[in-house]
Amino acid sequence: MSATTSPLSTSSASGAQLPPGVPLVLDATTVSVAFRGKGSKFSTVVDSVGLGLEQSQVTVLLGESGSGKTVFARSITGMAPRGARVSGSATFDGLDLLALNGRELRKVQGNRIGMVPQDPNASLDPMRRVGGQIIETLMQHGKAASKAAAKERMLELLTLVHIHEPERVAKCYPHEVSGGMRQRIAIAIAICCDPELIVADEPSSALDASVGVRVVQLLDDLRERLNTAILFITHDIGIAALIASKPNDRVAVMLGGRIVELGFAHQVLRNPKHPYTRALLAAEPSAEVARGSLAVVPDEVRTERNWGPLQEVEPGHAVASLLDSSTDQKGGLA
Amino acid sequence: MSTVLSAENVVKRYGSFTALHGVSFALEKGKTLGVVGESGSGKSTLGRIVMRLMTLDKGKVFLGDDDLFALSRSELRVARRRIQLVPQDPRHALNPAMTVKDNLFFQLRAQGIARTTWNAKAEELLGQVSLPADYLHAYPHELSGGQAQRVAIARAIANKPEVLVCDEAVSALDKSVQAQVLNTFAELQSSLGVAMFFISHDLAVVEHISDDVLVLNRGTAVESGRTRDVLSNPQDPYTRELLAARHSVSAL
Repeated sequence: MSATTSPLSTSSASGAQLPPGVPLVLDATTVSVAFRGKGSKFSTVVDSVGLGLEQSQVTVLLGESGSGKTVFARSITGMAPRGARVSGSATFDGLDLLALNGRELRKVQGNRIGMVPQDPNASLDPMRRVGGQIIETLMQHGKAASKAAAKERMLELLTLVHIHEPERVAKCYPHEVSGGMRQRIAIAIAICCDPELIVADEPSSALDASVGVRVVQLLDDLRERLNTAILFITHDIGIAALIASKPNDRVAVMLGGRIVELGFAHQVLRNPKHPYTRALLAAEPSAEVARGSLAVVPDEVRTERNWGPLQEVEPGHAVASLLDSSTDQKGGLA
Repeated sequence: MSTVLSAENVVKRYGSFTALHGVSFALEKGKTLGVVGESGSGKSTLGRIVMRLMTLDKGKVFLGDDDLFALSRSELRVARRRIQLVPQDPRHALNPAMTVKDNLFFQLRAQGIARTTWNAKAEELLGQVSLPADYLHAYPHELSGGQAQRVAIARAIANKPEVLVCDEAVSALDKSVQAQVLNTFAELQSSLGVAMFFISHDLAVVEHISDDVLVLNRGTAVESGRTRDVLSNPQDPYTRELLAARHSVSAL
Protein backbone atom coordinates (compact mmCIF):
# COMPACT_ATOMS: atom_id res chain seq x y z
CA MET A 1 0.00 0.00 0.00
CA SER A 2 1.01 3.62 -0.08
CA ALA A 3 3.60 3.96 2.64
CA THR A 4 4.74 7.48 1.92
CA THR A 5 5.22 8.97 5.34
CA SER A 6 4.35 12.57 5.75
CA PRO A 7 7.06 14.82 4.39
CA LEU A 8 5.14 17.69 5.98
CA SER A 9 4.44 18.94 2.49
CA THR A 10 6.12 22.20 3.35
CA SER A 11 7.76 22.55 -0.03
CA SER A 12 4.48 23.82 -1.39
CA ALA A 13 3.58 27.48 -1.32
CA SER A 14 0.41 26.82 0.60
CA GLY A 15 1.60 23.61 2.11
CA ALA A 16 -0.23 21.79 4.82
CA GLN A 17 1.52 21.02 8.06
CA LEU A 18 0.61 17.51 9.01
CA PRO A 19 1.40 15.72 12.23
CA PRO A 20 4.42 13.57 11.33
CA GLY A 21 4.14 9.84 10.84
CA VAL A 22 0.64 9.73 9.40
CA PRO A 23 0.67 7.57 6.28
CA LEU A 24 -0.43 9.53 3.24
CA VAL A 25 -2.48 7.99 0.50
CA LEU A 26 -1.99 10.92 -1.82
CA ASP A 27 0.43 13.77 -1.40
CA ALA A 28 -0.09 16.79 -3.62
CA THR A 29 2.54 19.52 -3.63
CA THR A 30 2.58 22.91 -5.35
CA VAL A 31 -0.19 21.98 -7.73
CA SER A 32 -1.17 24.77 -10.08
CA VAL A 33 -3.80 24.55 -12.79
CA ALA A 34 -4.30 27.11 -15.52
CA PHE A 35 -6.66 27.34 -18.46
CA ARG A 36 -6.12 29.20 -21.69
CA GLY A 37 -8.36 32.19 -21.68
CA LYS A 38 -8.78 34.74 -24.44
CA GLY A 39 -5.87 34.82 -26.85
CA SER A 40 -2.80 33.13 -25.48
CA LYS A 41 -3.26 34.25 -21.88
CA PHE A 42 -3.55 31.60 -19.22
CA SER A 43 -5.68 32.17 -16.18
CA THR A 44 -4.69 30.35 -13.02
CA VAL A 45 -7.59 28.70 -11.22
CA VAL A 46 -5.57 26.66 -8.76
CA ASP A 47 -2.50 28.40 -7.42
CA SER A 48 0.28 26.30 -5.93
CA VAL A 49 -1.81 24.20 -3.57
CA GLY A 50 -0.47 21.39 -1.44
CA LEU A 51 -2.54 18.84 0.42
CA GLY A 52 -1.85 15.44 1.90
CA LEU A 53 -4.66 12.90 2.14
CA GLU A 54 -4.32 10.54 5.07
CA GLN A 55 -5.23 6.88 5.13
CA SER A 56 -8.86 6.17 6.08
CA GLN A 57 -9.48 9.82 6.92
CA VAL A 58 -11.87 12.26 5.35
CA THR A 59 -10.51 15.48 3.91
CA VAL A 60 -13.18 18.00 2.98
CA LEU A 61 -12.57 20.63 0.33
CA LEU A 62 -14.99 23.39 1.28
CA GLY A 63 -15.53 26.33 -1.03
CA GLU A 64 -17.99 28.38 -3.01
CA SER A 65 -18.45 28.08 -6.74
CA GLY A 66 -15.36 29.15 -8.64
CA SER A 67 -13.00 28.52 -5.73
CA GLY A 68 -11.20 25.81 -7.71
CA LYS A 69 -12.13 22.89 -5.47
CA THR A 70 -13.33 20.55 -8.23
CA VAL A 71 -10.51 21.43 -10.62
CA PHE A 72 -7.96 20.83 -7.85
CA ALA A 73 -9.46 17.49 -6.83
CA ARG A 74 -9.68 16.30 -10.43
CA SER A 75 -6.17 17.46 -11.27
CA ILE A 76 -4.45 15.69 -8.37
CA THR A 77 -6.13 12.42 -9.29
CA GLY A 78 -5.03 12.68 -12.90
CA MET A 79 -8.46 13.71 -14.16
CA ALA A 80 -7.67 17.30 -15.08
CA PRO A 81 -10.23 18.78 -17.47
CA ARG A 82 -9.25 18.97 -21.12
CA GLY A 83 -7.11 21.98 -21.90
CA ALA A 84 -5.84 22.42 -18.36
CA ARG A 85 -2.15 23.17 -17.83
CA VAL A 86 -1.18 21.36 -14.65
CA SER A 87 2.10 21.68 -12.76
CA GLY A 88 3.35 20.34 -9.45
CA SER A 89 3.19 16.76 -8.28
CA ALA A 90 0.67 14.36 -6.80
CA THR A 91 2.32 11.28 -5.34
CA PHE A 92 0.19 8.19 -4.97
CA ASP A 93 2.09 5.14 -3.70
CA GLY A 94 5.33 6.36 -5.24
CA LEU A 95 3.71 7.27 -8.56
CA ASP A 96 3.41 10.88 -9.67
CA LEU A 97 -0.11 10.91 -11.08
CA LEU A 98 0.60 14.15 -12.91
CA ALA A 99 3.43 12.52 -14.88
CA LEU A 100 1.70 9.26 -15.87
CA ASN A 101 0.38 8.59 -19.36
CA GLY A 102 -3.20 7.57 -20.03
CA ARG A 103 -2.56 3.84 -19.94
CA GLU A 104 -0.71 3.95 -16.64
CA LEU A 105 -3.35 6.24 -15.18
CA ARG A 106 -6.14 3.83 -16.02
CA LYS A 107 -4.50 1.22 -13.80
CA VAL A 108 -4.98 3.61 -10.89
CA GLN A 109 -8.24 5.38 -11.72
CA GLY A 110 -11.38 3.44 -10.96
CA ASN A 111 -9.18 0.73 -9.50
CA ARG A 112 -7.25 2.29 -6.66
CA ILE A 113 -9.00 5.66 -6.79
CA GLY A 114 -12.80 5.58 -6.91
CA MET A 115 -14.87 8.50 -8.09
CA VAL A 116 -18.36 9.42 -6.88
CA PRO A 117 -19.79 12.06 -9.20
CA GLN A 118 -22.22 14.84 -8.33
CA ASP A 119 -24.80 13.69 -10.82
CA PRO A 120 -25.19 9.91 -11.06
CA ASN A 121 -27.32 10.41 -14.17
CA ALA A 122 -24.23 11.55 -15.98
CA SER A 123 -21.99 8.70 -14.86
CA LEU A 124 -24.31 5.71 -15.29
CA ASP A 125 -25.00 4.46 -18.79
CA PRO A 126 -28.73 5.01 -19.36
CA MET A 127 -28.90 2.20 -21.92
CA ARG A 128 -27.58 -0.57 -19.70
CA ARG A 129 -28.84 -2.36 -16.65
CA VAL A 130 -27.35 -1.42 -13.30
CA GLY A 131 -25.92 -4.86 -12.53
CA GLY A 132 -24.17 -5.11 -15.88
CA GLN A 133 -22.43 -1.81 -15.34
CA ILE A 134 -20.97 -2.93 -12.03
CA ILE A 135 -19.92 -6.30 -13.51
CA GLU A 136 -18.21 -4.51 -16.39
CA THR A 137 -16.14 -2.41 -13.98
CA LEU A 138 -15.15 -5.52 -12.01
CA MET A 139 -14.10 -7.42 -15.14
CA GLN A 140 -12.33 -4.41 -16.62
CA HIS A 141 -10.08 -4.12 -13.58
CA GLY A 142 -9.58 -7.87 -13.27
CA LYS A 143 -11.35 -8.09 -9.94
CA ALA A 144 -13.33 -11.21 -10.73
CA ALA A 145 -12.16 -14.54 -12.10
CA SER A 146 -15.39 -15.30 -13.92
CA LYS A 147 -18.66 -13.71 -14.90
CA ALA A 148 -20.38 -15.69 -12.15
CA ALA A 149 -17.93 -14.49 -9.52
CA ALA A 150 -18.41 -10.92 -10.75
CA LYS A 151 -22.17 -11.28 -10.44
CA GLU A 152 -21.89 -12.54 -6.90
CA ARG A 153 -19.58 -9.67 -5.99
CA MET A 154 -21.97 -7.20 -7.67
CA LEU A 155 -24.87 -8.34 -5.48
CA GLU A 156 -22.62 -8.12 -2.44
CA LEU A 157 -21.70 -4.54 -3.36
CA LEU A 158 -25.33 -3.51 -3.80
CA THR A 159 -26.09 -4.90 -0.35
CA LEU A 160 -23.10 -3.02 1.04
CA VAL A 161 -24.53 0.30 -0.18
CA HIS A 162 -27.84 -0.53 1.55
CA ILE A 163 -29.90 -1.55 -1.46
CA HIS A 164 -32.50 -3.90 -0.08
CA GLU A 165 -33.44 -5.94 -3.12
CA PRO A 166 -30.12 -6.26 -4.96
CA GLU A 167 -31.41 -8.95 -7.34
CA ARG A 168 -34.29 -6.78 -8.53
CA VAL A 169 -32.31 -3.51 -8.68
CA ALA A 170 -29.49 -5.17 -10.66
CA LYS A 171 -31.98 -5.80 -13.46
CA CYS A 172 -33.21 -2.20 -13.52
CA TYR A 173 -32.10 0.53 -15.88
CA PRO A 174 -30.81 3.69 -14.15
CA HIS A 175 -34.00 5.63 -14.94
CA GLU A 176 -36.08 3.01 -13.15
CA VAL A 177 -34.58 3.73 -9.74
CA SER A 178 -34.69 6.86 -7.57
CA GLY A 179 -31.98 9.52 -7.46
CA GLY A 180 -30.76 8.42 -4.06
CA MET A 181 -30.53 4.82 -5.25
CA ARG A 182 -28.66 5.90 -8.40
CA GLN A 183 -26.13 7.66 -6.19
CA ARG A 184 -25.76 4.49 -4.09
CA ILE A 185 -25.12 2.52 -7.28
CA ALA A 186 -22.49 5.08 -8.31
CA ILE A 187 -20.90 4.57 -4.90
CA ALA A 188 -20.99 0.79 -5.37
CA ILE A 189 -19.06 1.25 -8.63
CA ALA A 190 -16.60 3.59 -6.92
CA ILE A 191 -15.80 1.07 -4.19
CA CYS A 192 -15.97 -2.12 -6.26
CA CYS A 193 -12.19 -2.43 -6.61
CA ASP A 194 -11.45 -1.69 -2.94
CA PRO A 195 -9.87 1.70 -3.66
CA GLU A 196 -7.44 3.35 -1.28
CA LEU A 197 -9.02 6.71 -2.05
CA ILE A 198 -12.52 7.85 -2.95
CA VAL A 199 -13.05 11.26 -4.49
CA ALA A 200 -16.63 12.41 -3.90
CA ASP A 201 -17.56 15.61 -5.69
CA GLU A 202 -20.71 17.10 -4.11
CA PRO A 203 -22.31 13.64 -3.97
CA SER A 204 -25.33 14.93 -2.07
CA SER A 205 -25.96 18.28 -3.76
CA ALA A 206 -28.22 16.95 -6.50
CA LEU A 207 -30.29 14.96 -4.01
CA ASP A 208 -33.05 15.88 -1.59
CA ALA A 209 -31.71 17.01 1.75
CA SER A 210 -32.76 13.90 3.67
CA VAL A 211 -31.63 11.53 0.91
CA GLY A 212 -28.33 13.42 0.70
CA VAL A 213 -27.78 13.00 4.41
CA ARG A 214 -28.23 9.24 4.07
CA VAL A 215 -25.75 9.09 1.18
CA VAL A 216 -23.19 11.01 3.24
CA GLN A 217 -23.75 8.70 6.20
CA LEU A 218 -23.23 5.72 3.89
CA LEU A 219 -19.85 7.08 2.73
CA ASP A 220 -18.88 7.74 6.34
CA ASP A 221 -19.77 4.16 7.24
CA LEU A 222 -17.92 2.69 4.21
CA ARG A 223 -14.60 4.40 4.86
CA GLU A 224 -14.49 2.79 8.27
CA ARG A 225 -15.35 -0.64 6.95
CA LEU A 226 -13.10 -0.46 3.90
CA ASN A 227 -10.32 1.64 5.42
CA THR A 228 -10.51 4.12 2.55
CA ALA A 229 -9.47 7.75 2.48
CA ILE A 230 -12.10 10.17 1.18
CA LEU A 231 -11.59 13.48 -0.55
CA PHE A 232 -14.98 15.11 -0.17
CA ILE A 233 -15.89 18.25 -2.09
CA THR A 234 -18.77 20.40 -0.89
CA HIS A 235 -20.01 23.96 -0.55
CA ASP A 236 -22.29 23.05 2.34
CA ILE A 237 -20.93 23.59 5.84
CA GLY A 238 -23.53 21.30 7.42
CA ILE A 239 -22.62 18.45 5.06
CA ALA A 240 -18.90 19.08 5.68
CA ALA A 241 -19.44 18.71 9.42
CA LEU A 242 -21.52 15.59 8.86
CA ILE A 243 -18.88 13.70 6.85
CA ALA A 244 -15.85 14.98 8.79
CA SER A 245 -17.16 13.38 11.94
CA LYS A 246 -14.06 11.62 13.24
CA PRO A 247 -11.40 13.40 15.33
CA ASN A 248 -8.70 13.21 12.65
CA ASP A 249 -10.84 14.32 9.72
CA ARG A 250 -9.77 17.58 8.19
CA VAL A 251 -11.33 20.50 6.37
CA ALA A 252 -9.56 22.65 3.78
CA VAL A 253 -11.27 25.90 2.90
CA MET A 254 -10.64 27.02 -0.68
CA LEU A 255 -10.92 30.56 -1.95
CA GLY A 256 -9.76 31.93 -5.29
CA GLY A 257 -7.73 28.83 -6.15
CA ARG A 258 -5.91 28.60 -2.83
CA ILE A 259 -6.38 26.84 0.46
CA VAL A 260 -6.82 29.63 3.00
CA GLU A 261 -7.48 27.51 6.05
CA LEU A 262 -6.69 23.90 6.84
CA GLY A 263 -7.15 21.96 10.03
CA PHE A 264 -9.14 19.35 11.85
CA ALA A 265 -12.86 19.74 11.33
CA HIS A 266 -13.54 20.93 14.86
CA GLN A 267 -10.80 23.54 14.55
CA VAL A 268 -11.90 24.96 11.22
CA LEU A 269 -15.66 24.73 11.69
CA ARG A 270 -15.91 25.48 15.39
CA ASN A 271 -13.02 27.87 15.84
CA PRO A 272 -12.19 29.37 12.43
CA LYS A 273 -9.25 31.75 12.24
CA HIS A 274 -9.32 33.00 8.67
CA PRO A 275 -11.56 36.02 8.03
CA TYR A 276 -13.18 34.30 5.03
CA THR A 277 -14.01 31.11 6.95
CA ARG A 278 -15.35 33.18 9.81
CA ALA A 279 -17.52 35.25 7.51
CA LEU A 280 -18.76 32.14 5.69
CA LEU A 281 -19.79 30.50 8.96
CA ALA A 282 -21.38 33.70 10.22
CA ALA A 283 -23.39 33.97 6.99
CA GLU A 284 -25.11 30.65 7.74
CA PRO A 285 -28.77 31.40 8.29
CA SER A 286 -30.25 30.27 11.58
CA ALA A 287 -33.04 31.10 13.96
CA GLU A 288 -30.56 32.66 16.39
CA VAL A 289 -29.74 35.50 14.00
CA ALA A 290 -32.33 38.28 13.78
CA ARG A 291 -33.93 38.55 10.37
CA GLY A 292 -32.18 41.04 8.15
CA SER A 293 -28.93 40.94 10.12
CA LEU A 294 -27.16 37.92 8.68
CA ALA A 295 -23.45 38.54 8.47
CA VAL A 296 -22.29 39.20 4.93
CA VAL A 297 -18.94 38.05 3.55
CA PRO A 298 -17.15 41.30 2.68
CA ASP A 299 -16.30 41.48 -1.00
CA GLU A 300 -12.69 42.38 -0.27
CA VAL A 301 -12.30 39.12 1.67
CA ARG A 302 -13.93 37.10 -1.09
CA THR A 303 -12.04 38.55 -3.99
CA GLU A 304 -8.70 39.10 -2.27
CA ARG A 305 -6.20 37.00 -4.20
CA ASN A 306 -3.13 37.87 -2.20
CA TRP A 307 -3.51 35.30 0.53
CA GLY A 308 -0.07 33.95 1.26
CA PRO A 309 1.17 30.54 2.36
CA LEU A 310 -0.46 28.70 5.22
CA GLN A 311 1.04 29.28 8.63
CA GLU A 312 0.41 27.05 11.57
CA VAL A 313 -1.54 28.70 14.38
CA GLU A 314 -1.95 25.62 16.55
CA PRO A 315 -1.00 21.96 16.04
CA GLY A 316 -2.69 20.77 12.86
CA HIS A 317 -4.38 24.09 12.13
CA ALA A 318 -2.94 26.40 9.48
CA VAL A 319 -4.22 29.69 8.14
CA ALA A 320 -3.19 31.90 5.23
CA SER A 321 -2.31 35.46 6.03
CA LEU A 322 -2.29 38.44 3.71
CA LEU A 323 0.92 38.93 1.80
CA ASP A 324 2.80 42.06 2.84
CA SER A 325 3.16 43.18 -0.74
CA SER A 326 -0.59 43.66 -0.84
CA THR A 327 -1.70 47.27 -0.88
CA ASP A 328 -4.12 47.01 1.99
CA GLN A 329 -3.26 45.37 5.26
CA LYS A 330 -6.72 44.89 6.62
CA GLY A 331 -8.36 41.54 7.00
CA GLY A 332 -5.28 39.63 8.06
CA LEU A 333 -5.14 37.23 10.91
CA ALA A 334 -7.51 38.28 13.62
CA MET B 1 -53.95 39.88 12.13
CA SER B 2 -55.57 39.69 8.77
CA THR B 3 -54.97 36.77 6.47
CA VAL B 4 -53.64 37.70 3.01
CA LEU B 5 -53.41 34.24 1.51
CA SER B 6 -55.02 31.01 2.58
CA ALA B 7 -55.91 27.59 1.25
CA GLU B 8 -58.58 25.16 2.32
CA ASN B 9 -58.25 21.45 1.59
CA VAL B 10 -56.48 21.85 -1.73
CA VAL B 11 -56.45 18.63 -3.74
CA LYS B 12 -54.46 18.34 -6.97
CA ARG B 13 -54.25 15.28 -9.19
CA TYR B 14 -52.01 14.63 -12.17
CA GLY B 15 -53.85 11.83 -13.92
CA SER B 16 -54.10 9.02 -11.39
CA PHE B 17 -51.38 10.52 -9.17
CA THR B 18 -52.53 12.74 -6.33
CA ALA B 19 -49.95 15.47 -5.76
CA LEU B 20 -51.79 17.26 -2.94
CA HIS B 21 -54.12 15.50 -0.52
CA GLY B 22 -56.15 18.35 0.95
CA VAL B 23 -53.62 20.91 2.13
CA SER B 24 -54.67 23.96 4.14
CA PHE B 25 -52.71 26.94 5.45
CA ALA B 26 -53.13 30.60 6.31
CA LEU B 27 -50.56 33.32 5.71
CA GLU B 28 -50.92 36.51 7.72
CA LYS B 29 -50.16 40.01 6.50
CA GLY B 30 -46.43 40.77 6.54
CA LYS B 31 -45.49 37.32 7.81
CA THR B 32 -43.50 34.49 6.27
CA LEU B 33 -44.71 30.93 5.84
CA GLY B 34 -41.87 28.51 5.13
CA VAL B 35 -42.90 25.53 3.01
CA VAL B 36 -40.55 22.58 3.38
CA GLY B 37 -40.54 19.20 1.69
CA GLU B 38 -38.61 16.78 -0.50
CA SER B 39 -38.89 16.96 -4.25
CA GLY B 40 -42.18 15.40 -5.21
CA SER B 41 -43.79 16.48 -1.95
CA GLY B 42 -45.98 18.98 -3.78
CA LYS B 43 -44.52 22.24 -2.54
CA SER B 44 -44.00 23.79 -5.96
CA THR B 45 -47.42 22.54 -7.09
CA LEU B 46 -48.93 24.32 -4.09
CA GLY B 47 -46.94 27.44 -4.98
CA ARG B 48 -48.36 27.43 -8.51
CA ILE B 49 -51.89 26.81 -7.32
CA VAL B 50 -51.88 29.75 -4.90
CA MET B 51 -51.01 31.97 -7.87
CA ARG B 52 -53.61 30.23 -10.03
CA LEU B 53 -50.94 29.31 -12.53
CA MET B 54 -52.50 25.85 -12.39
CA THR B 55 -55.97 24.52 -11.72
CA LEU B 56 -56.96 22.53 -8.66
CA ASP B 57 -59.29 19.57 -8.30
CA LYS B 58 -60.83 20.41 -4.96
CA GLY B 59 -60.59 23.07 -2.30
CA LYS B 60 -60.30 26.81 -2.28
CA VAL B 61 -57.62 29.49 -2.32
CA PHE B 62 -58.28 32.97 -0.95
CA LEU B 63 -56.18 35.98 -1.84
CA GLY B 64 -57.40 38.39 0.81
CA ASP B 65 -61.16 38.03 0.56
CA ASP B 66 -61.17 36.96 -3.08
CA ASP B 67 -61.86 33.34 -3.91
CA LEU B 68 -59.04 33.06 -6.44
CA PHE B 69 -60.58 30.31 -8.55
CA ALA B 70 -63.97 32.06 -8.73
CA LEU B 71 -62.55 35.20 -10.35
CA SER B 72 -63.22 36.00 -13.99
CA ARG B 73 -60.25 36.43 -16.31
CA SER B 74 -60.25 40.20 -16.05
CA GLU B 75 -60.69 40.14 -12.29
CA LEU B 76 -57.85 37.62 -12.06
CA ARG B 77 -55.54 39.89 -14.05
CA VAL B 78 -56.05 42.64 -11.49
CA ALA B 79 -55.86 40.29 -8.50
CA ARG B 80 -52.57 38.82 -9.72
CA ARG B 81 -50.90 42.19 -9.24
CA ARG B 82 -51.14 41.50 -5.54
CA ILE B 83 -49.21 38.22 -5.68
CA GLN B 84 -45.83 37.89 -7.35
CA LEU B 85 -43.34 35.12 -7.99
CA VAL B 86 -39.61 35.05 -7.25
CA PRO B 87 -38.30 31.99 -9.11
CA GLN B 88 -35.36 29.74 -8.34
CA ASP B 89 -33.27 30.58 -11.35
CA PRO B 90 -33.54 34.26 -12.25
CA ARG B 91 -31.46 33.80 -15.39
CA HIS B 92 -34.30 31.76 -16.83
CA ALA B 93 -36.99 34.08 -15.54
CA LEU B 94 -35.55 37.35 -16.86
CA ASN B 95 -35.84 37.97 -20.57
CA PRO B 96 -32.28 37.45 -21.86
CA ALA B 97 -32.81 39.75 -24.86
CA MET B 98 -33.83 42.71 -22.70
CA THR B 99 -31.73 44.91 -20.46
CA VAL B 100 -32.52 45.05 -16.76
CA LYS B 101 -34.34 48.31 -17.44
CA ASP B 102 -36.55 46.78 -20.12
CA ASN B 103 -37.24 43.76 -17.95
CA LEU B 104 -38.45 46.12 -15.24
CA PHE B 105 -40.40 48.30 -17.73
CA PHE B 106 -42.17 45.21 -19.02
CA GLN B 107 -43.41 44.51 -15.53
CA LEU B 108 -44.34 48.15 -14.87
CA ARG B 109 -46.49 48.13 -17.99
CA ALA B 110 -48.15 44.87 -16.97
CA GLN B 111 -48.86 46.37 -13.58
CA GLY B 112 -50.61 49.34 -15.19
CA ILE B 113 -48.22 51.95 -13.82
CA ALA B 114 -48.11 55.34 -15.58
CA ARG B 115 -45.36 55.45 -18.20
CA THR B 116 -44.03 58.83 -17.06
CA THR B 117 -42.89 57.36 -13.77
CA TRP B 118 -41.13 54.29 -15.20
CA ASN B 119 -37.59 55.72 -15.26
CA ALA B 120 -37.69 56.94 -11.69
CA LYS B 121 -39.49 53.81 -10.56
CA ALA B 122 -36.93 51.46 -12.11
CA GLU B 123 -34.10 53.25 -10.32
CA GLU B 124 -36.00 53.22 -7.07
CA LEU B 125 -36.65 49.48 -7.37
CA LEU B 126 -32.97 48.70 -7.91
CA GLY B 127 -32.19 50.84 -4.87
CA GLN B 128 -34.63 48.80 -2.81
CA VAL B 129 -32.72 45.62 -3.63
CA SER B 130 -29.33 47.31 -3.07
CA LEU B 131 -28.20 47.45 -6.69
CA PRO B 132 -26.67 50.62 -8.17
CA ALA B 133 -28.58 52.28 -11.02
CA ASP B 134 -25.70 51.45 -13.44
CA TYR B 135 -27.13 47.95 -13.69
CA LEU B 136 -30.18 49.23 -15.57
CA HIS B 137 -28.27 48.91 -18.81
CA ALA B 138 -26.86 45.44 -18.15
CA TYR B 139 -28.24 42.28 -19.73
CA PRO B 140 -29.15 39.34 -17.46
CA HIS B 141 -26.16 37.27 -18.61
CA GLU B 142 -23.81 40.03 -17.47
CA LEU B 143 -25.05 39.72 -13.90
CA SER B 144 -23.89 37.31 -11.22
CA GLY B 145 -26.44 34.89 -9.79
CA GLY B 146 -27.03 37.07 -6.75
CA GLN B 147 -27.44 40.24 -8.81
CA ALA B 148 -29.86 38.55 -11.20
CA GLN B 149 -31.90 37.31 -8.26
CA ARG B 150 -32.06 40.90 -6.95
CA VAL B 151 -33.40 42.07 -10.30
CA ALA B 152 -36.03 39.34 -10.18
CA ILE B 153 -36.99 40.53 -6.70
CA ALA B 154 -37.09 44.15 -7.85
CA ARG B 155 -39.44 43.11 -10.63
CA ALA B 156 -41.64 41.20 -8.23
CA ILE B 157 -42.05 44.14 -5.83
CA ALA B 158 -42.69 46.71 -8.58
CA ASN B 159 -46.28 47.32 -7.56
CA LYS B 160 -46.02 46.65 -3.82
CA PRO B 161 -47.63 43.20 -3.83
CA GLU B 162 -49.23 41.75 -0.73
CA VAL B 163 -47.64 38.34 -1.20
CA LEU B 164 -44.37 37.11 -2.67
CA VAL B 165 -44.23 33.44 -3.65
CA CYS B 166 -40.54 32.52 -3.42
CA ASP B 167 -39.87 29.12 -4.99
CA GLU B 168 -36.39 28.04 -3.83
CA ALA B 169 -35.40 31.67 -4.34
CA VAL B 170 -32.03 31.42 -2.59
CA SER B 171 -31.22 27.76 -3.20
CA ALA B 172 -29.04 28.25 -6.26
CA LEU B 173 -26.90 30.94 -4.64
CA ASP B 174 -23.55 30.60 -2.90
CA LYS B 175 -23.76 30.81 0.88
CA SER B 176 -22.21 34.26 1.12
CA VAL B 177 -24.54 35.63 -1.56
CA GLN B 178 -27.50 33.84 -0.04
CA ALA B 179 -27.02 35.79 3.19
CA GLN B 180 -27.19 39.08 1.30
CA VAL B 181 -30.36 38.11 -0.55
CA LEU B 182 -32.00 36.88 2.67
CA ASN B 183 -31.19 40.24 4.27
CA THR B 184 -32.79 41.97 1.29
CA PHE B 185 -35.96 39.90 1.74
CA ALA B 186 -36.10 40.85 5.41
CA GLU B 187 -35.63 44.57 4.66
CA LEU B 188 -38.36 44.50 2.02
CA GLN B 189 -40.68 42.73 4.37
CA SER B 190 -40.33 45.40 7.02
CA SER B 191 -40.48 48.33 4.58
CA LEU B 192 -43.32 47.04 2.36
CA GLY B 193 -45.16 44.78 4.80
CA VAL B 194 -45.22 42.05 2.16
CA ALA B 195 -46.05 38.49 3.20
CA MET B 196 -43.94 35.63 1.87
CA PHE B 197 -44.87 32.10 0.84
CA PHE B 198 -41.33 30.80 1.05
CA ILE B 199 -40.71 27.39 -0.54
CA SER B 200 -37.37 25.79 0.31
CA HIS B 201 -35.78 22.44 1.02
CA ASP B 202 -33.18 24.16 3.21
CA LEU B 203 -34.30 24.08 6.83
CA ALA B 204 -31.62 26.52 7.95
CA VAL B 205 -33.00 29.14 5.58
CA VAL B 206 -36.59 28.44 6.58
CA GLU B 207 -35.72 28.49 10.25
CA HIS B 208 -34.13 31.89 9.78
CA ILE B 209 -36.76 33.61 7.70
CA SER B 210 -40.12 32.04 8.60
CA ASP B 211 -42.65 32.83 11.28
CA ASP B 212 -44.62 29.70 10.52
CA VAL B 213 -43.68 26.53 8.77
CA LEU B 214 -45.57 23.93 6.75
CA VAL B 215 -43.86 20.56 6.21
CA LEU B 216 -45.14 18.63 3.19
CA ASN B 217 -44.53 14.95 2.64
CA ARG B 218 -46.01 13.25 -0.43
CA GLY B 219 -48.70 15.84 -0.80
CA THR B 220 -49.80 15.84 2.83
CA ALA B 221 -49.09 18.53 5.39
CA VAL B 222 -47.39 16.42 8.05
CA GLU B 223 -46.54 19.32 10.35
CA SER B 224 -47.38 22.98 10.63
CA GLY B 225 -47.19 25.71 13.23
CA ARG B 226 -44.79 28.29 14.62
CA THR B 227 -41.33 27.66 13.17
CA ARG B 228 -39.70 27.51 16.58
CA ASP B 229 -42.18 24.93 17.90
CA VAL B 230 -42.06 22.69 14.85
CA LEU B 231 -38.29 22.66 14.48
CA SER B 232 -37.44 22.38 18.16
CA ASN B 233 -39.77 19.42 18.60
CA PRO B 234 -40.29 17.76 15.22
CA GLN B 235 -42.91 15.00 15.23
CA ASP B 236 -42.45 13.81 11.69
CA PRO B 237 -39.50 11.49 10.88
CA TYR B 238 -38.81 13.42 7.68
CA THR B 239 -38.47 16.70 9.57
CA ARG B 240 -36.12 15.00 12.00
CA GLU B 241 -33.94 13.72 9.16
CA LEU B 242 -33.68 17.19 7.68
CA LEU B 243 -32.57 18.50 11.04
CA ALA B 244 -29.72 15.95 11.20
CA ALA B 245 -27.63 17.88 8.67
CA ARG B 246 -28.64 21.15 10.26
CA HIS B 247 -27.05 20.53 13.65
CA SER B 248 -23.94 18.67 12.55
CA VAL B 249 -21.57 21.61 13.11
CA SER B 250 -22.50 22.01 16.75
CA ALA B 251 -22.05 18.25 17.21
CA LEU B 252 -18.36 18.39 16.28
